[in-house]
Amino acid sequence: MMQADTDPQALKQTGPRRSVGDLLRSGWVFWGGLFVVTWALSTYAFDIYKLLDARWIVRFPAAWQPDFEGAISGFMDWLLEDASLFGIQFREMTRAVAAMIEAPYDVVIGVLVEGLVIGQGRDAVQLLPPLSWVAVVVSVVALGHYTKSWALATLTGACFIYLAIFGQWESAMVTLSSVLIAVPLAAGGGLLLGIGAYRVRWIDLAMRPILDLMQTVPVFAYLVPILFMFGFGPVSALVATVIYAMPPMIRVTIVALRGVPEELAELGRMVGCTPRQQMWKVLVPSAKPTIMVGVNQVIMLSLNMVIIASMIGAGGLGYDVLTALRRLDIGGGIEAGIAIVVLAIALDRLSQEYATRTVTRIAAQSQGGFLRRHRWSLSILAVIALTYLGGIIWPWIQSYPASAEISTSAFWTRAMEYINVTYFDTLDAIKTVILQWFMLPVRKFFTGIPWAWGLIAVTLIGLRVGGWRLGLLVFCLAGLIILAGLWTPAMMTVYLCGVSVAIASTIGIPLGIFAAGNPTSNRVVGAFIDTLQTLPSFVYLIPVVMLFRVGDFSAMIAIVAYALAPAVRYAAHGIRNIDPQIVEAGIVSGCTQGQLMRRIKLPMIVPELLLGLNQTIMLALSMLVITALVGTRDLGQDVYIALTKADTGQGIVVGLAVAFIAIIADRILAASAHRMRRRLGMEQ
Amino acid sequence: MNFLKAMGAGALMLSVSSAALAEVESSDPIKLTLHDWTGQLLTTTIMGKVLEEAGYNVEYVQADYIAQFAGLKTGDLHVAMEIWETTGREAMDEAIGTGNVVNLGPTGMNAIEEWWYPAYMKDVCPGLPDWQALNDCAQEFATAETAPFGRYLGGPVTWGGFDEERVESLGLDFEVVHAGTDAALFAELESAYQRQAPIVLWLYSPHWAPEKYEGEYVAFPPYEAACYDDPSWGVNPDMAYDCGKPTGNIWKVAYKGVPEKWPGAAKAIEAFTIDNAAMGDMVGQVDLEGKELDAVAQAWLDANKDVWSGWIGQ
Repeated sequence: MMQADTDPQALKQTGPRRSVGDLLRSGWVFWGGLFVVTWALSTYAFDIYKLLDARWIVRFPAAWQPDFEGAISGFMDWLLEDASLFGIQFREMTRAVAAMIEAPYDVVIGVLVEGLVIGQGRDAVQLLPPLSWVAVVVSVVALGHYTKSWALATLTGACFIYLAIFGQWESAMVTLSSVLIAVPLAAGGGLLLGIGAYRVRWIDLAMRPILDLMQTVPVFAYLVPILFMFGFGPVSALVATVIYAMPPMIRVTIVALRGVPEELAELGRMVGCTPRQQMWKVLVPSAKPTIMVGVNQVIMLSLNMVIIASMIGAGGLGYDVLTALRRLDIGGGIEAGIAIVVLAIALDRLSQEYATRTVTRIAAQSQGGFLRRHRWSLSILAVIALTYLGGIIWPWIQSYPASAEISTSAFWTRAMEYINVTYFDTLDAIKTVILQWFMLPVRKFFTGIPWAWGLIAVTLIGLRVGGWRLGLLVFCLAGLIILAGLWTPAMMTVYLCGVSVAIASTIGIPLGIFAAGNPTSNRVVGAFIDTLQTLPSFVYLIPVVMLFRVGDFSAMIAIVAYALAPAVRYAAHGIRNIDPQIVEAGIVSGCTQGQLMRRIKLPMIVPELLLGLNQTIMLALSMLVITALVGTRDLGQDVYIALTKADTGQGIVVGLAVAFIAIIADRILAASAHRMRRRLGMEQ
Repeated sequence: MNFLKAMGAGALMLSVSSAALAEVESSDPIKLTLHDWTGQLLTTTIMGKVLEEAGYNVEYVQADYIAQFAGLKTGDLHVAMEIWETTGREAMDEAIGTGNVVNLGPTGMNAIEEWWYPAYMKDVCPGLPDWQALNDCAQEFATAETAPFGRYLGGPVTWGGFDEERVESLGLDFEVVHAGTDAALFAELESAYQRQAPIVLWLYSPHWAPEKYEGEYVAFPPYEAACYDDPSWGVNPDMAYDCGKPTGNIWKVAYKGVPEKWPGAAKAIEAFTIDNAAMGDMVGQVDLEGKELDAVAQAWLDANKDVWSGWIGQ
């Protein structure tokens, strides 16, 4: 039964006779032919158009475009102004939801930032101050020790002390408040939806395309409708964060529940669990370690959203980064950006260690009397009370004294000026070479492809790697992009992403192989790419613009920096997972180190690399909107323009086009990885 | 509304009745929008402080410059202190057209937006600021990507400004490159200024950049409405936009409910005026000298008590 599934083509190619049909199906002829035809059409499409006087060849005629944007804008207007259910206006419903989210948010803000205040404006009287910085630091140290060890406690404590010393305290607490609200909402909602999808098949089927869209439509595309529905302010930012951060939680929950051993589920049924008990007492607890990985993802993604959220009123560290960079205070931007990284590190470590707490530790903590079991909570309460009283006498206990804050701002400004003045010409020369010999030819190639051939070409690729289903899907998605009149910006997007992904892979794969070499290199490389991913890209985007000017090159650097991580991770993961026996066999048959790498290791990790490539593409696409801030001319720019013009229809249409490109790339690469695995015999 | 504040307000009602609250029409907070440039933050903070002096409650809301009109139309947001004639006119007209937004008059500041070059470029290109000199030195402004054309760094596409059309109709040998945000725009200026490298780009006042960097605006044929509407106007008889950019007022707008609910506040907002020099100075204090924005606004209030007390009729 398993044998019947093996790739028929692989079998055929090993056979002695090769017909013309086989030749056509062979990889070289297909890919080579496709490339030559595409190249020829891309180069001469303009001449053909002049020759035949058929402009439709290079530009999709506007007359054939349905008015998607108008229809969506119209629908949104109707939804927001006229739609009602049981006599309640739709907008009133969304506003009620907004109020429900805002209430707990205000409580957290009150505890961490504003304190308990009575009255408004200048009649306001502060009854209770917010938690003092000393109390918060002691709390996270306690949490660190409770979760794991003194080492973790020191790390989290140091992270929070950084926030105080560098004058980021108040903003960091605002950001922390929104994370504290967004994470439970996204994680809880994701868990429930995941359980729903696990139990009910149609929810699972309906959810899949929605999850794909949630992960690939750029956030800017749906910010405008969210603003309309939930009003201006932190709530809209929270809603956007939840939408952005929830999909991995749902996916992880489904995988985790499916991964629970059948014996455990069986046991639950044997002891007579009701479905509810079965879920909450058996399945969810046993799947908890994996589910916590999802929570960790949610935390990371929420912090990724900090900058974008601050654009629509979330305030906090993201706002500090933006305003610092707007007045070219690069040091200020870096400090606030690092504060985000530091917050991410503390929350990430805490949640990961919490997820992997050992049973003995949990058991040890639940022993002893009331005082012993609750020694940490009690001491935190004591510290809060003491710092409250102490803060009245010595203000520095309540809020970290401004005079003791450190700023490295001047240093960064000077460093930047030195690099700029000294190395600009060298960097400019390098940039010109890369632009002229690599980026511009690629751009010419992609933007020259006539839409009709582009549609045929992606469909052929889909057919070849994934059969008629994939071919049809790819055809429909690409067709919709063309129908929306977005072919040219879509090709600009493919070019910019393609170039960036190629460079990210060239740097990332060797780095990953290096990281897999030994634990030290692994730790160093790991820390490096983690920082690149959590540091808001806006922080390095502005220095990059100073050195490389506005344009595609700066955008490319930002995308590479962000999208490097998966290329590194998957390469490292692939190398580590190679069956040692195969390597052993290579050594026995006398391979040199180089041969071992080229002939054995690299071919073995190709499927892994393809998955990494897939993730790299996804991240590159998600960076597009950020690079629009330095002036690209692709779909990302169109989404950004739609946002600044508050044009709902345009935002959603262009956002979907980005999502479609992502889905096409994802499906084609997944199908190729699958084929290749089967050929290597790693998967049946 | 802030949950804790709401609870507090309830408690306050029961116990004491403040003298200040009794004076104003409503103690609900007036929501002023904050955008992303310092001048606007200052204008808004000063207005907010003045309203608070009059006894009103004020709330600041971060909102996008254009997207905020959606909120102003529904009453989610109440007052926007800076709508520039040059960049916000269309959105403002559309919003006022719906009848839900009202114009509360000019701020007294004059928005200037134009091509700008640093002073050292005059050594390379002595004909400046006259626009015709730009073509003589287009080579100086060229980069590898734009050669043989000069490179002009325009604002974000959404700012409009008709620079492509201007280049075309005035026959300038320049290519327009759009920065995505003003942060990118000023990053390039800072970089070029440090190296004394050639650059010509879109700047605007009131802003800290013309205060910090020495330079001038290019002198194009002055703007007239006819220049944009009528192709036959100006040096190029066949094309429009053969002139500089319009300068214009910076307007204050509000949700229509503001004059109904807080008539006194609406009057104060209407009365608010400040000039370019005072604003440029304050922007410089915040962005260049690194002073706290709130302190700079408060200093203005302390120094100009007679001015603003007139706005609130005290």
